[in-house]
Amino acid sequence: MTHQLIACEECDALHRRIALNAGSAAHCTRCGAELFRSRAFHIDTVLALTVGSLVVFVLANAFPIVTLEMKGVRNGSTLLGAIVTLYREGMPIVSGLVLATTILFPLTELMILLYLLVPLRQGRLPAQLHLFTRVIQTIRPWGMIEVFLLGVLVSLAKLSSTASVLPGVALWAFAALTVLLAAILMFDPRHFRDLAEELAGSHA
Amino acid sequence: MMTAADKGLMVCRTCGALCRRVRSISQTRCPRCFDAVRFRKRDSIGRTWAFLIAALILYIPANVLPVTESHTLFGTQRDTIMSGIVLFWTTGSPFIAAVIFAASVMIPILKCIALALLAITAQRRSRWRPQQRAKLYRLIEWIGRWSMLDVFVVAIVVALVHLRSLATIHAGPGVAAFGAVVVLTMLASKSFDPRLIWDPVETNHDSRQPR
Repeated sequence: MTHQLIACEECDALHRRIALNAGSAAHCTRCGAELFRSRAFHIDTVLALTVGSLVVFVLANAFPIVTLEMKGVRNGSTLLGAIVTLYREGMPIVSGLVLATTILFPLTELMILLYLLVPLRQGRLPAQLHLFTRVIQTIRPWGMIEVFLLGVLVSLAKLSSTASVLPGVALWAFAALTVLLAAILMFDPRHFRDLAEELAGSHA
Repeated sequence: MMTAADKGLMVCRTCGALCRRVRSISQTRCPRCFDAVRFRKRDSIGRTWAFLIAALILYIPANVLPVTESHTLFGTQRDTIMSGIVLFWTTGSPFIAAVIFAASVMIPILKCIALALLAITAQRRSRWRPQQRAKLYRLIEWIGRWSMLDVFVVAIVVALVHLRSLATIHAGPGVAAFGAVVVLTMLASKSFDPRLIWDPVETNHDSRQPR
């Protein structure tokens, strides 16, 4: 009984679970919140997006985002360089906040996705699946790559009036990463439990 | 419309499974994913207020203290969030000025007002426009993260403008306060339980509908 019923998490209304077309979502008839969504991508697609994001993530952090030039003096900075500068300026909290929202949380989510998806694809159940799914759900709202990208663009506009700014490789990498992460966000981590239950069902 | 509470059930936040609710026990384990399950978020209204009041207090230094200190050949200039916006506006970038104004000034203050409204109506068990309040909650949950914009702008500008004697920009104490405001308002909206909007709403009158 409980598997066919679903309660809205934002208003507690009970609904009967119905089958959905791929890529669509069911919404609560009382408050309009999303109840659940069908799996938008095949597990292989999510894995491909994760691996792609990790590669782009490395590029985004290995190269300078922007280089500034003024009267022959040049200065470029990577994301990590900016975080270190803030720390040295006596702003450890702000630098920690930037580190967490742009590097730590997005990277942790990608690593967990990789850890869970690879065994599931081979038909094995990864250890601590529930725990890691919960970690993804908790840290997801705190990854802010797309906000950071907008911040870079605003900074470019701010500085371009006083000095010449040369966009670096990492700027394009961050733009690509924003798109890839937006696609990954369409994968609801709850589907890990469905996948795990399907796996357990096929073994039994 | 029947609710899980009417049926003596509660939802697992993590996996969405329905669990039996035993009124004498405040927290049980989900049979499906073994996470802790509560009927409603813990001390939802109290925590929302605590984070919200802390955010409002820090909102003052965030706006009064400088976020950047620029040292150029022409001298030192301290900029607050607002003076940075004015600078964009007067130097011919009204669009960017509008974006920063929306992200750094409007969103945090509107979010605080909205959360206060939600907390007050929820604690008074108001039945006033639950659908609109539910929409408002979803909006502030989605939009809050964009306030981090200014923190990132300062981080990048400070890292880039280190051009020896020509120009240097340092971060000011206002950024720390502002970053804290953003994090605190996000925590406040996460602490609020939107089901408290709906709990006082009658569910019996349309129970004849098929379900």
